[in-house]
This record gives sequence, structure tokens and C-alpha cells, in this order.
Amino acid sequence: MSLINKAETDLANARLDRKGLMTRVSEMTLLWKVMSLVIFASAWEIAGRSGFNFSFPAFTETVAAFFEMVVDGSMGSAYLKTMEALVVGLIISLVVGISSGVAMGLRRDVEWITLPVFIVMQAAPMAALIPLVTFVYGIGLTSKVIAVVMLAMPVIAINSYKAVRNVSPSMVSMCHSFMGSRRQQIIQIILPASSSMMFAGLRLGIAEGFSGAVLAELLITPTGIGDLITYHRSVANFAHMYATIASIVIFAIVTVGSLQWVENILFRPETRSS
Amino acid sequence: MTTATVTKYEGNLDAIQPKNPIIEVDGISKIYNGDVHALDNIKLNFETGHLTSLLGPSGCGKTTLLKIIAGLLKPTAGEIRVKGKAVSGPGRERAFVFQDFALMPWASVIDNVAFGLKMHGMNKAERNEKARHYINEVGLTGFEDKYPHELSGGMRQRVGLGRALAVDADVLLMDEPFSAVDEQTRRKFQEDLIRLREIEKKTFIFVTHSIEEAVYVSDRIIMLSPRPGRISQIIDPDIPKDVSPDDLRRNEAYLNTVEEIWHVIKKYVE
Amino acid sequence: MRIFGYRIPMMASLLVWLVIWEFIGQFELVLLFPPFTEVLSALGDVTTSHSFAGAMQVTATSYVGGLLLAIAVGIPMGFLMGLVPAADKMLNMWVNTFLSAPLSALVPVFMILFGLGTPTVIVTVFMFAVWIIVLDTRAGVLGITPSLLEMSYSFKASKAERLKIILLASLPEILAGLRLGMIRGVKGVVIGQLLVSIIGVGALFQLYQQNFQMAHFWALIVILFTIALTLAGIVGRIEKRIEYYAGARN
Repeated sequence: MSLINKAETDLANARLDRKGLMTRVSEMTLLWKVMSLVIFASAWEIAGRSGFNFSFPAFTETVAAFFEMVVDGSMGSAYLKTMEALVVGLIISLVVGISSGVAMGLRRDVEWITLPVFIVMQAAPMAALIPLVTFVYGIGLTSKVIAVVMLAMPVIAINSYKAVRNVSPSMVSMCHSFMGSRRQQIIQIILPASSSMMFAGLRLGIAEGFSGAVLAELLITPTGIGDLITYHRSVANFAHMYATIASIVIFAIVTVGSLQWVENILFRPETRSS
Repeated sequence: MTTATVTKYEGNLDAIQPKNPIIEVDGISKIYNGDVHALDNIKLNFETGHLTSLLGPSGCGKTTLLKIIAGLLKPTAGEIRVKGKAVSGPGRERAFVFQDFALMPWASVIDNVAFGLKMHGMNKAERNEKARHYINEVGLTGFEDKYPHELSGGMRQRVGLGRALAVDADVLLMDEPFSAVDEQTRRKFQEDLIRLREIEKKTFIFVTHSIEEAVYVSDRIIMLSPRPGRISQIIDPDIPKDVSPDDLRRNEAYLNTVEEIWHVIKKYVE
Repeated sequence: MRIFGYRIPMMASLLVWLVIWEFIGQFELVLLFPPFTEVLSALGDVTTSHSFAGAMQVTATSYVGGLLLAIAVGIPMGFLMGLVPAADKMLNMWVNTFLSAPLSALVPVFMILFGLGTPTVIVTVFMFAVWIIVLDTRAGVLGITPSLLEMSYSFKASKAERLKIILLASLPEILAGLRLGMIRGVKGVVIGQLLVSIIGVGALFQLYQQNFQMAHFWALIVILFTIALTLAGIVGRIEKRIEYYAGARN
């Protein structure tokens, strides 16, 4: 079994500097990723051309439709419209989420009253509330922002809370032993120490935020990206519809992925959360 | 009191290699990734019924050699023969005791001890009876239904030992079995090991990095040097058996042997 | 939290929130929240209504169907990635992609491919749940100490027996993944039905919305939320029962 070989290679890798060619090739993760993408695109192309479903476009068709929309500006303006709700919602989620998370982490009484609410919000299908919100606040930007906040804030708050709780007590004691005030303990020790885990929570929250923005578009009223999707679906421009959906998915993944990259650079490996 | 015999390995196998070996290591080499020689052409025989230690600094290949003998690793070159027959994987005649115990945390003590027997196809009633016998022998009577997380490190290793004894293997291969427990437990284990040897009449091959431990328990010490892994010396500590365990640790022959070996190893550590 | 020296469990604060809810509702402070007592009485109405049983059935079928599919695909995939490095390198990218992607955006695609009915919801549940199951199963398998496998190999255990050991040794992580998968699955089943909108609870929500029955809407939400939390709690309990050996792994 390969795990036995893993033990063997770990033993070897622990004491050598040069690796053989085959080892280096098999470790080139970029190569594997590219191969994986190529296989995916080819499978898509074949499936599309096979005509198994009249509404399933081939890969090349979808890419062409995407560029068409970029060129005629519809893609750009759609994104701008959708980003409104997303950005506003995320800013609110971050500010409120991080501050409540930190407050919960620092004070037991705040934790008692607030944490259960966030736990419920994170585990429960908050999407069900979106139609209700629309009911009360209409179909405008407000409802969409609320949708984003409802999905993004709980995970940010809980992660910030956990980050603060995870700070090593001995580090705080150390600050205390050098006559640091509570304020200094918070600013000098707790906030820096919890920043990497908080950043991870931020990353998760942003992923949820995208989900909220898309749901808002599809459930409340389509503007921006949602508009493009529903319009092209209604006129059976399936390639365009798929292209739009793929673009928002890719955009979300790239954003979250670059946050991961930033996270890896900003925070030294030894303090990085997994 | 006799002093220890220190024999230098000089390529003349016949003089010191056992005539009646249970395990023959014939030209074993292990090379990683084309240029790291973990083991280089090891030729060695292990006498039936003896306790032989593999001793040396980190990176000398002793654990690698033990695992090759056990059939857990494949050598790059060479052959292992057990009772004259070549082997390439694990076998019923060899049982392994692991440094980190390798117990199944979801299984009780008795199920852990009976595991090897289960793999050999014994039915439940028989293997549980046998397991109980060995649980008794390693001093864990009463703990049959306990789980690993309820046991101390020393007790967990006894379970590992019991499991290896239960399968009635001819050879017991032990990979630094006492290094993960505290000093007091370790000493007790060493004394128990000597007593066990008298009762069980098996062959033991023992990897350790503790000189005192090797000298204390072994009939023969094989010293390996690192990079590449080769046999540097073979030492037969001829420590008198009639001395009590506590006195033995202060015995002159014992202490001198330890000192000698330390001088040899020192070169590689510096 | 202590009052007069008596320790009050954390979840009790939810009761405080319910009181606050009632207060807000009675005084119409926030339009979004009708009085909680109204919601409670609407509960009776909702659960006994004709369409509720049908809606719950659709929800239950799609949820269980999607989840079973996710387990059947997810655990073996996690094993594959944990044991075969080549598979891991190829699939890791996709698993991480789908974990952070806005899956709701894919539902319109499912609706086209699988129609406007239960199959789409099943697929949605599957897509929401499977990735975390794969990831956690993989983590469990990768986290097994090599010596445990060496040990089984040294006692000449059969491949089936060794697979069983791998399964048991990674069970704590697998159950954690399952719990998270079940929570995501509930989100999936709700989102799926909301977007398809003509079946199950999606249709019910539409109905209440059109008739301005806010208390009923909330009652249905409370029911869904309770189901979600109860399921999470149950798996959490099971996790606790095997927790004892998670710590004893070397």
C-alpha cells in the first residue's frame, strides 16, 4: 500500500538533498493541474458535441460566448452591478463579524449571549430567509446586501472568535508579567496572534459572500450577473448562460484563491492555520 | 568476573558468525533515490535463541535493516534467509514490535493482542484464550477489556509485546521498543526482557540507540556506522548472568564495555 | 455565564433571544419579525396543512438521496486521494475549487440538465455535501500513522483487513466530514427547492409569500432550522462516542 511506501520515502527524504528526475516530475503539481484542466475541457467539449442534451454547449462554444459578452460590454456592466451588493455586504460582514468575534473571544458574557446565535446562523440554511427579507425590504439593493451579510457574517464572526480563543494563554501571561495593561495585551499580543486564523475565516466568509450575492440575484430579482443568466436562458442562448455561470464561479474561486496566496505570504508558515 | 570480548569485523565471516543461524542477511544493500546508501552490502547471521542488538548513531541504517529482515521494506540488493529459505515479505516466523506501539485505538487490549492470531485465521475462542495467556505473561492481567487511551505508555508497549509473543514466531524483531517510555519503566522493561528470554526461548533482534541498554540485554551487539550503513564492529558482552539486575548496572565489566562502545560511536557523533 | 452563582448553559441564551423576538414582534419594532407567539401558533397550521406533508416528503427524499450519493462517491474518492498520490494531485484542485465556489450559481445548470423537479434537488444536495466529505476523508486517511499499517502488514493481514483498519483509523475525520456534509446538504436541499420554486418547500415558501403570511413563513423556517440543527447534533453525538480513540492515535 502506498502509505507504506510513504513511510519509506519519508525516511529517505529526511536525509537527502537531491531528488531523482522522476520524483521531481511527479511532484510538479502545476503539471498535474494543467493536465487536469485539459482533461476537463476535453471532456466538456466531447459531451457538448455529442448532443446528449440540446441545451448543453461545447467547451469552445462557451468560451466564444464569454468573449463575445466581454467585448460587447454586457459582462463588465453585469459584474459591476452584482459587485455592488457583494462589496457592501462583505464590508458590513467584515466589520460587524470581526468585531463581534473578537468581543466574544475576549468577554465570556458577550460569548454567552452572542455565540449561540452565530452557531445557529452558520449551521442553518439561511438561504430560506432570503425570500422573507425580500418580502419586507423589497427587491432592491438592501435585500441583496442583507442576503450577503446573512451568509457571510456568521462564518467570519465564529472564526474570529475561535482565533482569539486560540491565542496561547502563556503569551498573554508573558505580556502581563512584563506589566502590560489589558489594552496592550489585546493590541500587542491577542490581535496579532489571532490574525492568521482570522484571515482564514475572512477567506471563507468571502466565499460565502459570493454565494449570497448569486443567490440574491437568482432569488430576489436578477440584475447584473443574474440578469445575464436568466435572459440568456429565456432566449435559449445556452452557451452564453453557461459562460456567465462559469465566469462567476471562476471569479469567486480566483478571488478566494488569491486570498489564500496572500495569506501564505503575509503569515509565516509556522503561524499559518491549515 | 570475566570481561567482555570485543571482536573487530574484518571481512572474515566464518570466525564469528554463528554456525546455526536462524536468520541470514546475505549482501543486503538499500539505496534511496540513486545515491543515498542506507545500507551497504551487509553480511550477517543471527544465532538461534540469542538476543542480538543493532546499535549505532542516527542514520546508520539499523531500523532499515530490521525492517528489511522483517519484510516490511524491500532491499535494493541481497537476500534474507530464514531457516535456510529466502523470504521477501513478512512471515509467520517473524514478529515485529513497534517503537510507537502501533495499537488499534478502537480495539480493546485483548483484541489488540489477539490481532496477529486473527490474521493467521484462528477462531475467536482459541485466540482469546491464547491472548489471555500472553496478557498475563506481560503483566497486564485484569486489563483485557481496557482501551489504549486508558493505558500508560509502558502498558501500551506491553500490549504490543504481548501481540508479538502471541503468534509464536521464532524471531522477535524489536524497533527501539523502550524508547517511548520513561526511564524507570524502561529499566523495568529491560529486566523483564531478560526474564522473558529465558521463558520463551525465541530469537530476539533488537534495535536501540542506548549503549547501556544494548550491553545490558544482549548476547551480541552489532555496531553499524552511518553513510553508508556498514557493520563497524561486533561485540559479545560476556556479562555474568548470576549478578542481580541492580548490581549488574554497577558491574565493572558492564561499565567498561559501555565505555568502550561509547568511544567507538563518538567518532560518528562528532 | 453565572447568575447568583448558578451556571447557565450557553444555549440557554437562545431563550433570551426568543423573548427579545417576542418583544420586537409585539411592538412591531422590526417588520421582519412577527411576534414569536404568532409564529408558534402558525406552526400548528403549517404542519397540519395539506401541502406540508408533500413538501416534507420532497425535502426528505431529495435530502436523503443526495446525501447517500455524496457518501457513496465522497468516501471512496477521499480514500483514493489519500492512498494514491497521482489521484490526489489530479483531483485536489477540483475538490478545493468546488469547496469555495458559489455552488448556487450551478443550480440553473442543473435545472436545465435535470429538469424542474426532485432530480435537480438531489443533484444540488450532492454537490453541496460531497466535497467536504471527500476532503475530510482524505485528511483522515493521510493522517494515519504509518506504523499502524506496517503493523497490519507485518502480521500478514489481507487487503480487506488492511482497508478495514484504514477505515477505522480515519473514522473520526470521516464523521466530522459527514457532519459538515449533512449541514451543507440541508442548505443544498433548501436552495435547490427555492430555485426550482415549484416543488417542495420552495413552493410552500412561494405560497406564504404570495399570501403575505409572514408568521407561516417563519414557522416553516423554524421547522427547517430545527431539523438542520438536530441532524448536526445527532452526528455530533456519534462523533463524541468515537472521540475516545481519536486522542490515542499516535
